[in-house]
Amino acid sequence: MATLNSNVPPGPLADKWRTYKSNLKLVNPANKRKYEVVIVGAGLAGASAAATLSELGYKVKCIVFHDSPRRAHSIAAQGGVNAAKNYQNDGDSVHRLFYDTLKGGDYRAREGNVHRLAEVSVNIIDQCVAQGVPFAREYGGLLANRSFGGAQVSRTFYARGQTGQQLLLGAYSALSKQVGAGAVELITQHEMVDLVVVDGHARGVITRDLVTGKFHRHSGEAVILATGGYGNVFNLSTYARGSNTTAIWRAYKRGACFANPCYTQIHPTCIPVSGDYQSKLTLMSESLRNDGRIWVPKKKEDCKKPPADIPEADRDYFLERIYPSFGNLAPRDVSSRAAKRMCDEGRGVGDTGLGVYLDFAEAIQRYGKQVANRANLHNPSKEKILELGEAAVKERYGNLFDIYHEITNESAYKQPMRIYPAVHYTMGGLWVDYNLMSNVPGLFVLGEANFSDHGANRLGASALMQGLADGYFVVPYTIGNYLATVKPTSRPSTDAPEFKAAEENASSIVKRLLAAKGKEPVNYYHKKLGLIMWNHCGMARTKEGLEDGIKKIQALRTEFWANVNVPGSGDNMNQALERANRLADFIELGELMCRDALAREESCGGHFREEHQWPDGECKRDDENFAHVAAWEFQGEGNVPLRNIEPLNYEFTKMSVRSYK
Amino acid sequence: MVAETSKNISVTIRVWRQPAADQPGKFVDYPAKDLNPNMSLLEMLDVVNDQLERIGEDPIAFAHDCREGICGTCSLVIDGKPHGPHHGVASCQTYMRSFEDNSIITIEPFRAKSFPIVKDLISDRSAFDAIQQAGGFISIRTGSAQDANATPIPKDIADLAMDAAQCIGCGACVAACKNASAMLFVSAKVSQLGLLPQGQPERDTRVLNMVAKMDELGFGNCTNQYECSAACPKLISHDFIARMNRDYLAASFRTAFKPKPAASGGGGA
Ligand SMILES: Cc1cc2nc3c(=O)[nH]c(=O)nc-3n(C[C@H](O)[C@H](O)[C@H](O)COP(=O)(O)OP(=O)(O)OC[C@H]3O[C@@H](n4cnc5c(N)ncnc54)[C@H](O)[C@@H]3O)c2cc1C
Ligand code: SF4
Ligand code: FES
Repeated sequence: MATLNSNVPPGPLADKWRTYKSNLKLVNPANKRKYEVVIVGAGLAGASAAATLSELGYKVKCIVFHDSPRRAHSIAAQGGVNAAKNYQNDGDSVHRLFYDTLKGGDYRAREGNVHRLAEVSVNIIDQCVAQGVPFAREYGGLLANRSFGGAQVSRTFYARGQTGQQLLLGAYSALSKQVGAGAVELITQHEMVDLVVVDGHARGVITRDLVTGKFHRHSGEAVILATGGYGNVFNLSTYARGSNTTAIWRAYKRGACFANPCYTQIHPTCIPVSGDYQSKLTLMSESLRNDGRIWVPKKKEDCKKPPADIPEADRDYFLERIYPSFGNLAPRDVSSRAAKRMCDEGRGVGDTGLGVYLDFAEAIQRYGKQVANRANLHNPSKEKILELGEAAVKERYGNLFDIYHEITNESAYKQPMRIYPAVHYTMGGLWVDYNLMSNVPGLFVLGEANFSDHGANRLGASALMQGLADGYFVVPYTIGNYLATVKPTSRPSTDAPEFKAAEENASSIVKRLLAAKGKEPVNYYHKKLGLIMWNHCGMARTKEGLEDGIKKIQALRTEFWANVNVPGSGDNMNQALERANRLADFIELGELMCRDALAREESCGGHFREEHQWPDGECKRDDENFAHVAAWEFQGEGNVPLRNIEPLNYEFTKMSVRSYK
Repeated sequence: MVAETSKNISVTIRVWRQPAADQPGKFVDYPAKDLNPNMSLLEMLDVVNDQLERIGEDPIAFAHDCREGICGTCSLVIDGKPHGPHHGVASCQTYMRSFEDNSIITIEPFRAKSFPIVKDLISDRSAFDAIQQAGGFISIRTGSAQDANATPIPKDIADLAMDAAQCIGCGACVAACKNASAMLFVSAKVSQLGLLPQGQPERDTRVLNMVAKMDELGFGNCTNQYECSAACPKLISHDFIARMNRDYLAASFRTAFKPKPAASGGGGA
């Protein structure tokens, strides 16, 4: 049974981090270069950590599977990054950001961690601006902000629709500076395929060179995983295709606990699936719901008709109907589930029947009349109103309408958008304490790969904040506290038996995959897994569904190993093998997610168990029995994993019912 | 050329196959049948690859990740054009409705002396990282920054810096240029940082070092044909090249005539 001590320091909430930080053990500057830290991942979390640790003097090795650190999935984040700067003078504060984040997470995160996140958020913006991140600005030259869900203040910093890109390129430039100076050894196109644990401490990783197929051993005094989220377990998601779980899954199998694997965020407004060839779902910003009205036909038989032929009386504006006070701006999880219900009733639209309309016709009329009024146009023609209205909508959402057009070849000015919920983020991840260290000493986990700060639901613009907080401002301090207890240059030789065993384990998996020589391609199984996960462990979960899901996944796992066809060999670039190797881990993770969802007999945030809801369909939490983190511990192949518990002790905040009415 | 109907189409793809960097390559034709026109070009490749894998043949290797035009990984020359027929999009944002039923689509990797082919449709663009490491940054230690609003930046300057900063590092500019010049890529980074007040202290060394690295890595000269910005998925303007040239000249001049500060350090006996 793993020991799960959160190590959140005592004392008043606002002083915890400051006091703790000044009492952490330090590593003598002359000794720092005698410690080698192996960092896997160079997204926001990994790149910021690699740059900062090497600035501090540690020897750093940074490993990514991408061909360049700049390609990490963080690049795709659109909306923005939160920070409690209160530049708008609208009453924001560290405490308010803390509270919003904790509440947004449905009271399933640690108070201490979340408060620290809110505290360092302000440093992030300073750091990024100093690096040359071109955030949006006002005419006076000061930084601009926008509002995001779950907050009543305007605290989101952004760089057009490409905030993740600009933040990542900032961290990448800091990393590049250190690589250029010879202070970081950068290794690209290497996939971490095992963690090496020596005498109970993480002391290295095994990688597979994706170009040559060769295995490599990397030894260090500490290991950091910053390998991102695992939403691709659902096959279709808003993630980049390469995002995977292999690094954290293999660490789990070496003893690191996996916390809350079932907490998944499903975003309501994405472009729906258009066919079974589809590889990826694209996000349409939540901001569209300010002006778009969501509806489906009232009658099943109308679903295939062009939307314009369906009269007003035959349309069901279901969010407005079910949630009159929030309407189309009902929260993400609630809106997603409602859309699914409509489609399950057979009232979904589009070729596949899995879509709902997001309609701007009314907004176009409204804006058109407003503009006409302002321009003193009396009795404008219908055409004029339409023209003015479309222009106004274009000004607000033009780039999103363009993306929509590019993908669907439809104009959302002329006909409603079709949207559907899609998997977007995973709140679960490897368990870490306040130091961001897992239960395996010496193994640190940052960014989306850990489970730390978002509880059961993440607020918009908070993932970028967390990734950079972890890498720039938390781990550089906390890792010293660990390394101070480790003898300098004590990392094991890569000839140690543990390295040999780990390499053999990784290479045996590759050999088995290549030997299967079955009948179906890897993607066939990924699609199957995705469907099982979506149907059984998606937006609405039930006991029977999850139990059934576990059985189906177990059967799929057997079939996959017996019948997958991975052509080619293991000693050169083999993309089918890369995909198969990742999918093998996703299949196992999928089963654990179902187990976690099954064991959590409550609904909270993104985890919705149909058995546990209020009469109005809201999540019914069970604080008495489930105010805890579930951290799963591997018990060996074929054995049921152990569910460990870390209680969430709230000292400063009251766990209350999250209501949106 | 756009197939306006929603009828499925069939095409032949003529793909560059090359097993490894040190082996010869050739074009191979594959049928791709009954495709939904809303399928992306990369999804079409997925379908073809599934067919190949099913019969135990090596799938076509191609680079991709985000599939929404932001990561810069995808890098295909489609019918002779880097990133394909449409303006201002990446390969992954190319859809089958852009092609005629029964047409032949030629697909090749980005080719340039400094981008050696790794396998099939994948070329090695690590030279871009090397250029970035030579100076594409502002040297600021984590934690030492002043308040973000301490230095206001005029909105038009910030906006222009953002225009340059949008570069996704894909290398289409190099692949499109007959000289395989990397000027558009380098000028985008040099301009972004050179426009901002934070970038001023290292402005001269940055442009000199990045250009020197670019030359060292074998990228060609710019002869003002502007094929680069025409192929650029982010429509980065070639005005940035002119801006960089001015910066480069000024920096060379200043460096040549700059009085050298007396050696500092040590602190004396
Ligand atoms: C479409 C989209 C929009 C988003 N918009 C926002 C937003 O507006 N605001 C916000 O706050 N959040 C947003 N998010 C979420 C946010 O982008 C991510 O949570 C965050 O960027 C994750 O960063 P990371 O550093 O943890 O991981 P990543 O950026 O995913 O980086 C992972 C790194 O690990 C490496 N890696 C992974 N596995 C291995 C392995 N086995 N071996 C070697 N290397 C490996 C990769 O090469 C990469 O370098 C969005 C997400 C999506 C999908
Ligand atoms: S300048 Fe344009 S074409 Fe060149 S690397 Fe950047 S985005 Fe690609
Ligand atoms: S795959 Fe990311 S830009 Fe095309």
